[in-house]
Order: sequence, then structure tokens, then C-alpha cells
Amino acid sequence: MSAPLLKLDGVVKSFGAKQVLRGVELEVAPGQSLVVIGGSGSGKSVMLKNALGLMTPDKGKILFAGEDVTKATGRAREKMRARIGMLFQSGALFDSLTVWENVAFRLINSEGLSRRDAKERAIETLKKVRLGADVAGLYPAEISGGMQKRVALARAITSEPDLIFFDEPTTGLDPITADAINDLILEMVRGLGAAAVSITHDMPSARKIADEIAMLFEGRIIWRGPAADVDHSGNEYVDQFVNGRADGPIQPAI
Amino acid sequence: MTNPLQLIGRATLGLFAEIGRLSVFAARVKTAAFTPRWYGGEILRQMVRIGFYSLPVVGLAAVFIGAALALNIYEGGSRYGAEQFVPNIVVLGISRELGAVITGLMLAGRVSAGIAAEIGAMRVTEQIDALETLSASPYRYLYAPRFIAALLTLPVLVIAADIIGVMGGWLVSVQALGFDSTVYLRNTVDFVTRDDILVGVIKAVVFGGVIAIMGCYQGDRSQAGATGVGRAATLSMVGAAVLVLAFNYVMSTLFVEIGL
Repeated sequence: MSAPLLKLDGVVKSFGAKQVLRGVELEVAPGQSLVVIGGSGSGKSVMLKNALGLMTPDKGKILFAGEDVTKATGRAREKMRARIGMLFQSGALFDSLTVWENVAFRLINSEGLSRRDAKERAIETLKKVRLGADVAGLYPAEISGGMQKRVALARAITSEPDLIFFDEPTTGLDPITADAINDLILEMVRGLGAAAVSITHDMPSARKIADEIAMLFEGRIIWRGPAADVDHSGNEYVDQFVNGRADGPIQPAI
Repeated sequence: MTNPLQLIGRATLGLFAEIGRLSVFAARVKTAAFTPRWYGGEILRQMVRIGFYSLPVVGLAAVFIGAALALNIYEGGSRYGAEQFVPNIVVLGISRELGAVITGLMLAGRVSAGIAAEIGAMRVTEQIDALETLSASPYRYLYAPRFIAALLTLPVLVIAADIIGVMGGWLVSVQALGFDSTVYLRNTVDFVTRDDILVGVIKAVVFGGVIAIMGCYQGDRSQAGATGVGRAATLSMVGAAVLVLAFNYVMSTLFVEIGL
């Protein structure tokens, strides 16, 4: 494996007495698509927020292109974040801005493009996610959930990042729209040559977009392997999860 | 059974911790507001929202307070044959105290709670996290524009409230209490000083900062769900209103001490 683009080294994170991450070890190579699966409350979102620098781990290191994410401040952090895209589970589109202003947000506010040039770039990016220029002037509340996900994807890729995080990209979508989003993710990630880290519990989505799959359980990565091996991993936890069985070593979160 | 001293100790520590968090937050907002970069479009948008759209509610409150004030001063003054001082006391009370306090309280409800609800909703829908991932600081993009807009628009609103409040007093005095319109207005203009107006304007700037910071702080700390956002709005409104009244007392005392 080439030098990792992203490396989590013994990451520990607690909230009060509850230890959510208990020493996560993870590496992602440039251009690789890694999907992290795990049940509700297993710490997937917390891991992602730590990797993005939105939370600070209690222990351990998070390196992006060799730089410590937790220690980067000011311009260094801005430069690092300019190389990272993020698709939030809810889309997290700014509801006071139009679709094109959402997509062009970084171009206008960080890269200093004029609004006219940024709008052109935003409309080009919207086309890549199969959205026409007619939606550019609408507000997020005026478009469907599937379209919002596509706009959020366009926003994540508009500055051509080296690494894109996807937080439950297909949650809340019907199977056909979910599959269309999976196709777009594959197309965008391969087109950019970017690495991708996705967290999901949607197994059809994981099988489709992953080169490798890792499973997070009780705050640790308990298995990692090629996506093709996930159905015969030899790990009883992974086996129970991918087959969606209530009985097994993992207790349902109810 | 819990020891009462433990309860008192825990509450005191909690209070100091909250004051500490609020102070750190306010310092970060002020740093963002007074150092580049500034988002001019956002500042203008907030000025319209905080200033222009608050004008009707501030005006309505001021006209009724001015009118009621004139009636009460007339009633009290007539016991000593001092009815002629109605215009003087109305303009003094409005310009030094009530114009600023009414504006501050109305905006604690309309603006501070609104900011808290908006930012709280952004927090729980991950829009603030999204801002950070797009290399935009929420302190610079969200909080500083609201803070700057409140600092700039509150003085204008207070001056408007002063004028409308005085006109409320004038209306009642002329229509119901038998004052001559010209004499009333002449007494008002002759009596009020530049310092009286300045006192209200200084208070307005402070209240503007308090209202914006309380809204942003409670919104930023909002917990998930509709209850969390609602609670943030309530805490913001109550906190801003209490702080407006507390700062008003402190500043009034200070201005009397220094002879302003």
C-alpha cells in the first residue's frame, strides 16, 4: 500500500464516562474507496467528525497527507480542508442560500472567485450530478430529498478534493434514488481520482461503492478486507451484520 | 439524601462554568468582529433583519409607553400643581431610560430568540459543521455579522424609539390633557440635551452586543431536536432580557456618577 492519505492511529474519544472510540486504527490510500460499516451507536459518525477535525480526540493521532489534523490551525487548517470534501447525512445545505450559492460556497468564500465565475462553475458541477441549470436558483427547501443529496454531492466535489467523506449517503432515499446516488459517488470519486471514506449500514450501497470494507464495533475496527470478501469474512460479527440477523454476538440497539 | 451544601456548591460551580463559557464565546465573537475578514453581504442582510424589520414593533411599543408615561406624569404632577413638567419628564425618561430599555427588551424577544432558533436549527442539521468543512469559521460567517449588525442598528432603533415615544406623549397630552401642541414641543426640544440622547445611544450599543451574543451563544449550544432549539430560543430571550435590565442599571449608575 502506498503512503496513506488518511491515517487514524489509536484514536480514543469519550463523552463523560462513555468511551465511544477505543483506539481506532485506520489507513486510507490515495484513490481508495473505503466503507466503514457498523451498527447504530457504534461510533461511526464520531470517528468521521474526529477525522474531519470537527471533534478533537482524547488520545491518538489523525494524519491527513502526513499532517496532524488535530494540530492544524488557521491557514494550515484551511488549506487542509480545501483538499477534503464532505457529504453530510442530512445534506446540511444552507437553507438561506440558493442551490448554486451552496455549491459555490467554498469558491466564493475561500478561493475568492467572483460570483459570476463561481456560478458558472457551480452550474457545471450541478450538470455532473445530473441537475440542470433550472434548479440553480432554487432554495434547498424547494427541491426533493434526492435532489438535495445531489446538490450536497456537488458541493462536496466542486473544489476537486483529494479525499471525500460520505456520511450515510443513501439514508432516507428510496432504493432507486439510492442506487443513482451510489452511481454518482462512484463516477465522481473515480473521475476525480479522490480517496473516499463512507460510513453506512446500507449493505447494497457498501458493496457497490467500496474497494474495501471495515467494520467498527464497540469503538474499534474489528475487521477489514476487500469488498468482495465481506460475505465470507469468517468474522461472526461481520457475518451477523451483513446478513441483518437479530441473533448473534451483536445485541440489537433497542 | 443529597447534602444541601453539595447542591449549593454544584449550582455555584455550574453558574461560574456557564459565565466562563459565555465569556470565552463573547471574546471569540468580538475578535472575529473586529479583525478581517468581514462578510459584507451577511452584515447588510442582518442589519435589514435586525434593524429594519424591528422598527414596527419598537415603534408601537414606544408610542404606547410614551403615551402612558405622559398620562402618569400628568396624574402625579397634578397633585403638586406641576402638570407643566409633563413634556420635560417624558423626554428625559424616554431618552435616558425607556427608549433604550424598550428597544432592548423588544429585541431580546424578537431578535435574540430568532437568532438562537436559527443558529440552533443550523447546529442540529449539521449546517455549522458543513460551514467548518468548507473552510468558513462560524464565528466570522454567522456570529460576527449578527453582532456587528446589532451594534450598528440598535442606536438607530433607539433614536427612532425616542422620537416615537416622545410623539406618543405629545399626542396624549395634546388630545386628552389639554396641552398646547407648540408649547409642548418647544418645552421638549428646549429641555432635552445632547448628553441625554448620548446616554440612550451608548446603552443601545451595549444592548445590541448583549442581544446578539446571547442569541448566538444559546443557538451554538443548542441540543438536538425541536425541544433543544425551542429551549435555546427561550434561554436566549430570558438571558438577553435580564442582562439588558442589569446592564441598564449598571450604566445608569455609572452615568449619574460621572455626570453624563
